[in-house]
Amino acid sequence: MIEQLLEPFRFEFFVNGLVVATVAGGLCGLIGVYVVLRGMSYIGHGLSHAIFGGFAASTILQLNFFLGAGAWGLASALMINRVARRRIIGADAAIGVITTASFALGLALLALFGSTGRDFDAALFGSVLGVDQIDVAAVVAVALLAVAFVFFAYRRLLFATFDPEVAGVSGVQTARVDALLMLVLAASVLVTMRVLGVTLIAATLVIPATVARMLTDSFHRMLALSTLIGTLSGCVGMVASYHLDIQSGPAIVLTSTLAFGMAFIATSLRTRARLARVDVVTAATAHAAALAPSPSAAPLLSLPEAAVEVRSPPQRSR
Amino acid sequence: MSVTGPLVDLVGVTCRYGAEAVVVDVHLRVEPGQFTGVVGPSGSGKTTLLQVITGSLRPTTGRVHRRPGLALGYVPQVETVDWHFPVTVAECLLMARTSGRVMPWPSREERREVGDVLDRLGIGGLAGRHIRELSGGQQQRVFIARALVRRPQLLLLDEPTSGVDVRTRHEVLHLLGELHRDGLSILMTTHDLNGIAAHLPHLVCLNRRVIGAGPAREVLTPEVLELTYGAKMEVLEHGGMPVVVDPLDRSGAPSGKVSR
Repeated sequence: MIEQLLEPFRFEFFVNGLVVATVAGGLCGLIGVYVVLRGMSYIGHGLSHAIFGGFAASTILQLNFFLGAGAWGLASALMINRVARRRIIGADAAIGVITTASFALGLALLALFGSTGRDFDAALFGSVLGVDQIDVAAVVAVALLAVAFVFFAYRRLLFATFDPEVAGVSGVQTARVDALLMLVLAASVLVTMRVLGVTLIAATLVIPATVARMLTDSFHRMLALSTLIGTLSGCVGMVASYHLDIQSGPAIVLTSTLAFGMAFIATSLRTRARLARVDVVTAATAHAAALAPSPSAAPLLSLPEAAVEVRSPPQRSR
Repeated sequence: MSVTGPLVDLVGVTCRYGAEAVVVDVHLRVEPGQFTGVVGPSGSGKTTLLQVITGSLRPTTGRVHRRPGLALGYVPQVETVDWHFPVTVAECLLMARTSGRVMPWPSREERREVGDVLDRLGIGGLAGRHIRELSGGQQQRVFIARALVRRPQLLLLDEPTSGVDVRTRHEVLHLLGELHRDGLSILMTTHDLNGIAAHLPHLVCLNRRVIGAGPAREVLTPEVLELTYGAKMEVLEHGGMPVVVDPLDRSGAPSGKVSR
């Protein structure tokens, strides 16, 4: 049994994939907290689709993936950030235009000049095949960058996420904080795309943070829990993908969905137990009140006579 | 501007959103130690005026002078707060301490300071509670406390009693009175003429322009109120305080003698 479990660790590609998936899960869990609390889930989803255009362009031009898709992704992120801050048209509509146009352009480029083979499937749904040391180095570097960003800008990020208007008044440069967050998000999507897949990255950003939100009311605990859940989902999902012979992206997403289901049931049971306790206390109080002597003579509030005397209002004079 | 002059001085400030003027030619001085209420109907430019004072909105024409190094505290409308956001009371206060410390966790000094501010506002035991679990008055106190940890010279509040019950309104008004007595300058917007505005030492009636400014008893007149609200109102006197009455709703008018 243990031998069977350890079998994939003999393959270098799997170990590389496991490291990338585990770090990517933690990275998406960390950044996902801000994505969820800012209501940016759609931006995360759109950004991954936008970066697909860069993937296609870099494949055709035979550019390094991180250079081609990275430049494309950063440009898309800054454009989305700029559009999202404007109020002339709805931000969601504008993001939809930018990201789906980029995705469609990627599909068209691949259809015209490139292939729609294994690389294409890997980009859409994730794969550990082809993950090399450069991918490992890239995801670790972006994870360190993200941790440093969250650590050093912790209060400004929190303030700008919770209350951007007051944060701006209080000296936080919210536009700069937002732009940096978008760049870190774009970089995270870029380095996790090969393992998680374009279509499933949004889930790894959203699910761990949502599970953590269900489990705590404290921001710093949510940050820690979401990172932990993302890390575990990446690691467990990756191992499961090997043994179940399914793509890494769906396996990781289904693992975090399982965590979501468990958290949902646990919090529902906790709420039901709390309500039941309240019912017991209410019933006990009512029972005690019924057994107590009737306060027939005493009013609920005893006011001095003068206070309850009704007086006629004086006549108004103009 | 000298360090002994007004905290904020608006000179002929006009703000437009596109072609529409929201505030027009406003002259307003906020002096140290002043407790000012800005009243006016919806859309009269109260929030825009606060945004101009904080610097988050640049006027189309006119000048805004702030005392050099002026520290502002800003308390938003509670209706704009996301009560499901995962922050405890302590986290809510600490997020406002954005300068002077790199580490995310609070220093011993910061922890003591947050405890002192919470104690001063009567919510000392609530540091670990989620903001949604508090009463209306406690929630308002948390946001005033967050503004106070920045050690402001001028506290700005946007409709602090909007959507709260009478008891919370009294709590907030008494708390602001105490802070003012301790030397804090305060400027707040309110739509509550009788519950809040009539109790304040200095009022500004705004309807895009400043219609009247001065002590409540001098400003709350039928003439100024008609120009401000575009409707006739009566002003009675009750317990030495001006009471504004809508003539269309006389059945609810409190007793007293008409002073004007």
